[in-house]
Amino acid sequence: MTRATLHGWGRTAPSVADLVDAHNDDEVRARLEAATALIARGLGRSYGDAAQLGGGVVLDNRGLGGIGEIDEHGVVTLGAGVSIDELLAVSIPRGWFVPVTPGTRQVSIGGAVAADVHGKNHHVDGSFAQHVLGLRLVTPRGTFDLSRESRPDLFWATMGAMGLTGVVTSVTLRLLAIETDRVLVDTDRFDDLDAVMAAMESGDDAYRYSVAWVDCMTRGSHLGRAILTRGDHATRSDLDATSLEGPKPARLGVEFDAPSGLLNPVSIKVFNELWFRSAPRRRERESQSLGSFFHPLDGVRDWNRLYGRRGFVQYQFCVPDAAGDTVRAAVAQLAQSRVPSFLAVLKRFGAVNPAPLSFPVPGWTLALDLPIGPEALPRVLDELDELVIGARGRVYLAKDARLEPATLRAMYPRLDEFLALKAEIDPEHRLTSDLARRLDLAGG
Amino acid sequence: MENAFGQPQTVVVLGGTSDIARALTRKLCAARTHTVVLCGRNTDLLEVAAAEAREYGATRVETIVFDAEDPADAPRCVKEAFARVEGAVDLVVMAVGLLGDQRTFEGDPVVAARMATVNFTWPVAALTALRAPLVAQGSGRILVMSSVAAVRVRASMYLYGGAKAGLDRLCVAMAESLEGTGVTLQVLRPGQVRTKMTTGVAEAPFTTGPNEVAQNIMAGLASGDRVIWSPPLLRYVFFVLRHLPAPLWRKVMDR
Repeated sequence: MTRATLHGWGRTAPSVADLVDAHNDDEVRARLEAATALIARGLGRSYGDAAQLGGGVVLDNRGLGGIGEIDEHGVVTLGAGVSIDELLAVSIPRGWFVPVTPGTRQVSIGGAVAADVHGKNHHVDGSFAQHVLGLRLVTPRGTFDLSRESRPDLFWATMGAMGLTGVVTSVTLRLLAIETDRVLVDTDRFDDLDAVMAAMESGDDAYRYSVAWVDCMTRGSHLGRAILTRGDHATRSDLDATSLEGPKPARLGVEFDAPSGLLNPVSIKVFNELWFRSAPRRRERESQSLGSFFHPLDGVRDWNRLYGRRGFVQYQFCVPDAAGDTVRAAVAQLAQSRVPSFLAVLKRFGAVNPAPLSFPVPGWTLALDLPIGPEALPRVLDELDELVIGARGRVYLAKDARLEPATLRAMYPRLDEFLALKAEIDPEHRLTSDLARRLDLAGG
Repeated sequence: MENAFGQPQTVVVLGGTSDIARALTRKLCAARTHTVVLCGRNTDLLEVAAAEAREYGATRVETIVFDAEDPADAPRCVKEAFARVEGAVDLVVMAVGLLGDQRTFEGDPVVAARMATVNFTWPVAALTALRAPLVAQGSGRILVMSSVAAVRVRASMYLYGGAKAGLDRLCVAMAESLEGTGVTLQVLRPGQVRTKMTTGVAEAPFTTGPNEVAQNIMAGLASGDRVIWSPPLLRYVFFVLRHLPAPLWRKVMDR
């Protein structure tokens, strides 16, 4: 056991906890029994305070390893501490890809369940939970093998619950068959937000993967200019030569904290401008590697240190289809307030799943990286919360570092259903985190 | 818990009736603070400050009376305040202090010592008492009201300035000692502020009001800077003043 300072990917609000490990279900049970307050942690990629617990016990899930055989249907059972990176290294050469991946491979499978992660294919395939066939969960009230048939209430409540229903120790997942390790990508550049949103509404259904990068720093007629990339896995017949190679390790790394002012309105504007101009107006069927299409930022280790000692927050919200205007209003408000924000990510969401705390609702999602520093930023984000609540939207807990209990309640109407189930399996409120304390999610 | 901007949900204010403490409490409550424990010397003033905190959004406000001239009362006050929060304390504000008049102090050693107790000894006792429970919770912040008067002590107020300087230096090193505990300590160095404490004092350059100081503190909580200057420009002004040769310093500061 070591005393460790832990924070999220955004490097804000650190706290110190006892960091412990576990290598099997029995050890997890023992850790849980010995602790008065505990949360599991994977690779620390949630942005805020979800995987830390000041003064409590943080269980590092990386000891829960092991990847089982992948059967002919792509079904595999693996330890919750296995990362998507490690899984892909094994599965791609055998012709299988993860059914859903976030923008980084460096997440644990347990973390992917806890955040119910989504990727560029949500409009077609839904979120991670939709591809999980079963999981094992250690709770203060015993160990459960959960599936859609066995305790479906607890199965779904665990999806997106940020680890607050228990410690996930293993997961059975259905993978996606691929013929090659390439993606064929169409790229389109748009001069304003309306144009890109119209193109996504009319054309996304033709692609498995779709995401747009939006410039939130340019005011006026080019407000929200964007680059839209869409594609699908290349088949053998698409390419002259094919291969199935696993992901490559990062070649670059950020070895120390950059000065806090490095990412400022001027440098971000310059970057956005260069990036926008480097994209073609239209390019079709460009062959890209899986890594460069799905996980471009994994090429640079510890890129979050570029934001300096003060760190940054990511604000990701989603709103229903009918509230597309909210996306426009949010981008306009950010551009107006002159709060610097790095390239924002815009995406369409498909159908919801039955999980009470899962983030996606059918419609739009926008994610923004915002360095800590501008005095107006806390207020600007509070105002965006109001906008999002007014549109019946919500903010993503895996990214959040600043919501308050009342706004969370307004965003997640099924919160009480979740809390009732949590009280049942954790009556002593042992499963908690800094995020849970901040948002009154622990119970009690 | 505090959020990514260093905005706390639970706050203990030692010296909660001072003008700066009240302005800060208002801003904190308007942001994320729902629980406030105000500790002060005067019951009536505490009630006024408590009503204000509620008006600005706090849902639970408690008050505790303490004796700032009795350091033995500090641990009792801290213990009670932490108990009333019922959970992790996100921020402790140390705003206990007394300006007074140098001539009075010079004429009465007992009064001078009493001033030193309020400005130095009592805060030291309280900081010592609150250190352990904060370290145990693995998170939390301490904000200590120092003064630019502590940066280079002036002859015309060496008794007050000296006591503040003692507290300031102690706190800067205490911040260093807390490294790796999850607890942070930040020192506030305001210039002259228009408050009831400074009524009748001639206005110096860079004089601000309590609300401006509170605004600078909010920015400082977000940035995490170990020393918060108010106004921020004083960081550079005092860098120069601190290094002035004594005769020049005398000319500038004690005309």
